[in-house]
Amino acid sequence: MANTLFDKIWDRHVVQLVKDGPTQLYIDRLYCHEVTSPQAFAGMRSRGLKCLRPEKIYCMPDHNTPTHDQDKPIADPVSRKQVDTLKRNAEEFGLTYFGMMDKNNGIIHVVGPEQGLSLPGMTIVCGDSHTSTHGAMGAVAFGIGTSEVEMVMASQCILQQKPKSMRISVEGKLRKGVTAKDIALYLMSRITTSGATGYFVEYAGSTIRSLSMEGRLTLCNLSIEMGARGGFIAPDETTFAYLKGREHAPKGEEWDKAVAYWRTLRSDDDAVFDKELLFDADDIEPMITYGTNPGMGIPVTGVIPTPQDASAKKALKYMQFEAGESMIGKKVDYVFLGACTNGRIEDFRAFTSLVRGRHKAPDVVAWLVPGSWKVWQQIKDEGLDKELAAAGFEIRQPGCSACLAMNDDKIPAGKLAVSTSNRNFEGRQGPGSRTCLASPYTAAAAAVTGKITDPLTLMN
Amino acid sequence: MKKKFNIVRSTCVPLPLENVDTDQIIPARFLKATDKEGFGDNLFRDWRYNPDGTKKDFVLNDPTYGGEILVAGKNFGCGSSREHAAWAIAGYGFRVVVSSFFADIHKNNELNNFVLPVVVTPAFLSELFDSIKEDPRTIVTVDVPNQTITNEKTGHSEHFDINGYKKYCLTEGLDDIDFLLRSKDKIEAWEKSDNNFYKKAL
Repeated sequence: MANTLFDKIWDRHVVQLVKDGPTQLYIDRLYCHEVTSPQAFAGMRSRGLKCLRPEKIYCMPDHNTPTHDQDKPIADPVSRKQVDTLKRNAEEFGLTYFGMMDKNNGIIHVVGPEQGLSLPGMTIVCGDSHTSTHGAMGAVAFGIGTSEVEMVMASQCILQQKPKSMRISVEGKLRKGVTAKDIALYLMSRITTSGATGYFVEYAGSTIRSLSMEGRLTLCNLSIEMGARGGFIAPDETTFAYLKGREHAPKGEEWDKAVAYWRTLRSDDDAVFDKELLFDADDIEPMITYGTNPGMGIPVTGVIPTPQDASAKKALKYMQFEAGESMIGKKVDYVFLGACTNGRIEDFRAFTSLVRGRHKAPDVVAWLVPGSWKVWQQIKDEGLDKELAAAGFEIRQPGCSACLAMNDDKIPAGKLAVSTSNRNFEGRQGPGSRTCLASPYTAAAAAVTGKITDPLTLMN
Repeated sequence: MKKKFNIVRSTCVPLPLENVDTDQIIPARFLKATDKEGFGDNLFRDWRYNPDGTKKDFVLNDPTYGGEILVAGKNFGCGSSREHAAWAIAGYGFRVVVSSFFADIHKNNELNNFVLPVVVTPAFLSELFDSIKEDPRTIVTVDVPNQTITNEKTGHSEHFDINGYKKYCLTEGLDDIDFLLRSKDKIEAWEKSDNNFYKKAL
């Protein structure tokens, strides 16, 4: 029988089907950060349990970490306690821990792929909805709640209903200045923020194949913003080339064996999906959001549509925007480059390419936050930091930062931010903050002009 | 929190908004706790209170409405996976959330905290909002053993889905870890099988 890749990976990990209930699924990799794990560890402790397979679990703080002076204790005592709690828990339960200032530390969804910890064919979970990011490696990766984190710690398994399958194909050559971020914002604008709820998405088509691993990670990262539990891309030569030589990727004979297996990881030609969607790359322009969910996006050069319901009206009121207005020219107060969505080296290259030879607008506060220390190091190695400094920008230390403002990087109430992160929910970047999601190019264009600007007008 | 489910009969709190995300249910700055206590006080914090702590015009501040059932617009609980949202809903005192559509992760989180997400048709939901608006004392009955929800004002009733395993857990007060711990033989058998490609931690 013809199978989808999702079926192949899922079915292979089935430990048992619970009668009249969910599937018991084996998990190859569990990641834990400081925010969604303490109650799981506490539950384990109160039940007197040890982790069944501690070697498959990796822990690192990322949400609370400051983006400066990480060598000093965190000033906020509540944040500090949460980070210290993760360290203590990792020690007590015998788990690998990458602490602040450790060269392996960073945002969990940046670190996993870049170290070869997330591999094709794996099942990967974390108490974080953006775990879908790891799907770019050809893995079935999805976010879970804290009770489920505890399940995996205790049994290396999770109980889940098998989701339906959806294939989203994008065909054709991307236009100039259009990135994976724009593809994702475009897809969401078409299918809404709940358009893929209940589904696991396979991204396919020539446009997707042509994306770099960084681009694929960005696209898969945003699967949850369409409601999908996860999204993935079948592994190919791009995937193998990215993984070869990474710290935790297989080596020598193991590598050959792994690649032979990974080559089998594709949907059969006649596999049937529960839903299929097809899009044309030529229809996609640089995108930006104007509302308070990521599905409320339009081309940067577009006009804000008339709200159709109470929720959309509330969104425009919150954003202080009017229907019929153009986004171009709106004054921007803050620019944020980073997050598990756009905190990788390619994103910093893209941002730098646009600000090169220009200067940060005087009224804009710009936070450039690498996704990991490895990305930070690569920025230095490539000399991007010097070019950025010449244009008036500084590189901060890695972490989730202003994406959800659990550290000090908060957008003040009423201020407008162009952000490369993943969510524009009310107050997401700080109470009262207003967020427009966009690509690194569009963020860079806003940073040097001080207003929302079509990045194409700044490209040669 | 693990109060066994049978029949819940209560007035409702209406929240007729769509795409209510978990950042609204519990904002990120309240996620720094290392236990599950006190989240109910901050449920819908930024919709309930101004920055200076004074109350906003929001349904949870309106004494007209109350009860153990929250009724919300479609796509409730989208966004972040934070289980703190379910802890906040449970901590506030809700035992049932009714909507025409739930986001996946949040739905599981509610179930794992003995809050029952009940999916109803858009027509039932719309009528229920109307009933509550007309009469805030409208009673809704959620019968878990029979899997029915009834709007007592109109007498209209609907069947809702819940799998047999979860229903058993809710009515008996058991959780998934109790179940998984009993399956250790099956886990080890899977680990020894050829299906386990990543046998070593790598």
